[in-house]
This record gives sequence, structure tokens and C-alpha cells, in this order.
Amino acid sequence: MFAAVEWHILWQRLFHPDHVFVLALWRTIYISVFAQILGVVLGLIAALMRMSKLHPLRILSGLYVLVFRGTPVILQIYFVYFGVNLLFGVALIPNSVNFGLFVMNGAAFAGILALGINEGAYMREIIRAGIDSVDRGQLEAARSLGMHYRLAMRRIVLPQATRFIVPPLGNEFNNMMKTSSLVFFIGVTELFGDAEIRYSTTFRPVEYFGAVAFWYLVLTSVWSLIQVQIERRLAVSERSDDEPLLERLSHLWSPMAAWGRR
Amino acid sequence: MSSNGKVMHAQDVMKRFGRLEVLKGVSLDVAQGEVVCIIGPSGSGKTTFIRCINHLEKIDAGRIEVNGHLIGYRDEDGKLVEDTERNIARQRAEIGMVFQRFNLFPHKTALENVIEAPTHVRGTPKEEAILEGKALLDRVGLADKFDTYPGKLSGGQQQRVAIARALAMNPTLMLFDEPTSALDPEVIGEVLDVMRTLALEMGTTMIVVTHEMGFAREVGNRVVMMDDGRIIEEGSPEHFFTNPTEERTKRFLSKIL
Repeated sequence: MFAAVEWHILWQRLFHPDHVFVLALWRTIYISVFAQILGVVLGLIAALMRMSKLHPLRILSGLYVLVFRGTPVILQIYFVYFGVNLLFGVALIPNSVNFGLFVMNGAAFAGILALGINEGAYMREIIRAGIDSVDRGQLEAARSLGMHYRLAMRRIVLPQATRFIVPPLGNEFNNMMKTSSLVFFIGVTELFGDAEIRYSTTFRPVEYFGAVAFWYLVLTSVWSLIQVQIERRLAVSERSDDEPLLERLSHLWSPMAAWGRR
Repeated sequence: MSSNGKVMHAQDVMKRFGRLEVLKGVSLDVAQGEVVCIIGPSGSGKTTFIRCINHLEKIDAGRIEVNGHLIGYRDEDGKLVEDTERNIARQRAEIGMVFQRFNLFPHKTALENVIEAPTHVRGTPKEEAILEGKALLDRVGLADKFDTYPGKLSGGQQQRVAIARALAMNPTLMLFDEPTSALDPEVIGEVLDVMRTLALEMGTTMIVVTHEMGFAREVGNRVVMMDDGRIIEEGSPEHFFTNPTEERTKRFLSKIL
């Protein structure tokens, strides 16, 4: 039943990827990372707007979530890439963006923008839930010490909310790495795009799609290990503080312990 | 300090939550160095009242002044307008508050809790704040707990850190909202000891919502009995122990003594 599989192609894609593939992998990583960062920033802004005393800000925040959770991501990606420049009459989405270290093409930039804006709508809910999980008494204590609202938020509430935000944020990033494959449809050759192009010239779906599935698994697995370690680090202040540093470090770097917790 | 020596002046303070009237006109003056204990059944409005003093609750009518300054509001041609966030924050910095449930910052060590407001509100240099913070923690008997997180401290220790944290801002008035009622009986004493030292040795002006009548008798200059949103009786601790006049007060005291 596996007779038709060209094992050497699969083997080569898994263990000896060429530089075109490495570039595609790199694109998937940076698109996901930048889009997620943008999502967190937008989500935080939207969450704070949602809690604002000013009515228009609350409405704006609500509209943002309504629109971007209520329409397909692929539609948003197409709209940003093909529509934004025409809509505003200026080149908001340039042909390429020079970051000094590397040059990003306009499509990748548009993809990051669209994925990030979409992600922000989901992050708003996560961040708001995180802030809500912090005991009300914390804000009161901070205020009773003379902190104004923004200082109390920044120094007292948000750092505590982080503990509630990080686990779902990790899951969001896991999703993001997979969803980022959609930017192939505006011409960005990332992991999925690379596989698709190889497939369309060779008609060998099992080898190319199988291999790229493996690489997505590598990405998401590595990320889940990193995630566990971040969560552990955040929990340090709650755990015994007389636990020696060495022991804490060994916890941090033991992958087996990390898996055991899942 | 205001010229007449009054640290806190409250006049006809009214407060409602929705349709529920919690404070129905409360007036109280507290002089420099005085310790006033507020007693009363739950729901009598005593906690709400002291939360109004640092504007954690808005008031619906009346006025509250601390050191001669109106709290939470600006007087614009006889009309009270709520003050700006920054001005209210500045006023709160002068008023220390200790909560029933401590409300320590769990992500910061004992010392970090104490130096947080001096460094970030007052702009005190960190080294200086650390020295003062350590001295304060030493004074409340926690010299060995500087680097301990609140989660690792007992209730009594947490409340003592909370007192040190409030004192770090050099407040002219300290508010205590049932500081011992969330504590195990055996650690109540250590918190009351700290409060006693504050009152007797340092002359701190304090308003204490409490049911600790022993503390009220020994340290308090005055006891105020609240019921149903009003002050119904006021007098020296001795007065309350020997011949309270109101029937409601007698019934209440017979339950808690």
C-alpha cells in the first residue's frame, strides 16, 4: 500500500531540506511571531478601551471585535492586501519593507497586518478575562497608596493578569503558526506554500504534504516546550521561594518534566 | 495640618448603592493624634464610611475633609464636582489604609510591597526607600522576611506588612478596615500590638473599624457606634463599657463582649 511513496523524497524533505525550504520555514516563523505580537498589542489596547469610562472608546472596541471575529480570516487577508491601498488612496501596504536586517515583501507585510488585527480581536477577550481574574482588592490597595489608575494598572494589575493571560496566549500562538499558512493565498511562499509549489510540479502529495506536516509539528512542539517553561517561570513567585536556584533551573530545563505536566 | 487640629472632618455624609441607603448623614471629627474606633453590626455602614474617607467610594451628599482639604471633590461656587484622577490620587497618598483581607501585592516580596508606593508615587530614590522600608518592616517585627512573598507569610505577618506598606507613605491619617477579622485568633494579638505601638508611641491619628473592644478600651480615645447608616452613640471607651445609653448599643455589646 506504500508502494507509490518515493521514500527518498520524504527523507530528503525531513532531514536535508534545501535553502528554499529553510527560507519558507523562516517566513512562517517571522510572520507568526510578528502577527502575534501585533495581536497582543492591539488586544491590550482594545481591552483597555473596553474598560474605559469613555463611551465611544467602548463602542469602538466592541465594533473591532464584532467585525474581526465575525468574518473569515482569509477574507481579511485578501481585503488588507488587495483593498487597503485602494480604500485609503495611499500606499499603506508597500511593495516591500526594509527592516535593515532583511527585506520583507509587501504581501508578507499585509499578511502580518491582517493576521495581527484578526488576532487582536481574540486577544482582547483573553486579556480582559485576565484582568478580571485579578482580585479587585489589588486595584483598591494600589489606589489607596496614591497610585493613579494607569500606574496601578501597569505596576500592579497587568503583571498579575499576565499569569492568567499566558496559557491561552500560548494556545493562540500555536494556532497562529498554523493559520499563517493562509498567507500563501496572497503569494507568500511560507511552509505550506513551499509544499504546495513542489506538489504542483511533481504531483507527489504524500511526500511533500507529509513532510511539511512534520515540520509544522516540530514548530508547534518546540513552542509547547517553550510555553511550559514560560509558565513555570511565571509561577515561581507562588512556589516556595526557598527552593534553591539550581533546583529551579533544573526544573526549567528538564523537557521530560515539561511533557509530564501536559 | 489644619489650624484647628482636626485631621478628619466629615459632615452629613450620605451614600447609596442603587436604592439602598448605606449612609444616612454621618458626621464625625477626628483630632490630631486621636484614635477613633468605629463599632456596629454588619451592614451598619461603618466600612463604607471609612472607604469614603479616601474616596474609594464616591459620596452622594455631604463633605469629607482631611487636613482641611476636601476629599474627592472640588468646590466650584458651592457646588461639589468630582476631582481629577491625579488630584484624588495625590490626596490618597496622604491617607494610609489597611484592609480586612490585607491586599498585599502577591507578585512582590514583602520589601517590594513596602517600597512600591514611595518609589513610584513619591519618586523616592530606590536605595533610600529600601532603607526606610527595611526599618519599617523591622518595626513591625518582620526583619527576617524582607525577601519573602506574601503567599509564604501567615495572615498576621501579611497584615503587618500591609501596615508597614501604608506607613511607608508617611500618612497623616491611618484607616483600618476590620484589620483583624480575617485573622486566626492566635495571630490577632501580634497585629493589635503593632497598632498599639503606632497609636501610643508614635501618636498616629487612626480611624479603626473593629470589634476588638479590648483594643478600643486600651488604645481608643473615642468609640463610635454605627447602626443603619447613622452614628447612634459616641463616647469614651469607658462609657461604652460601663453605661451605654442606647438600647441598640447595649444589645450589640452584649453579643460581642
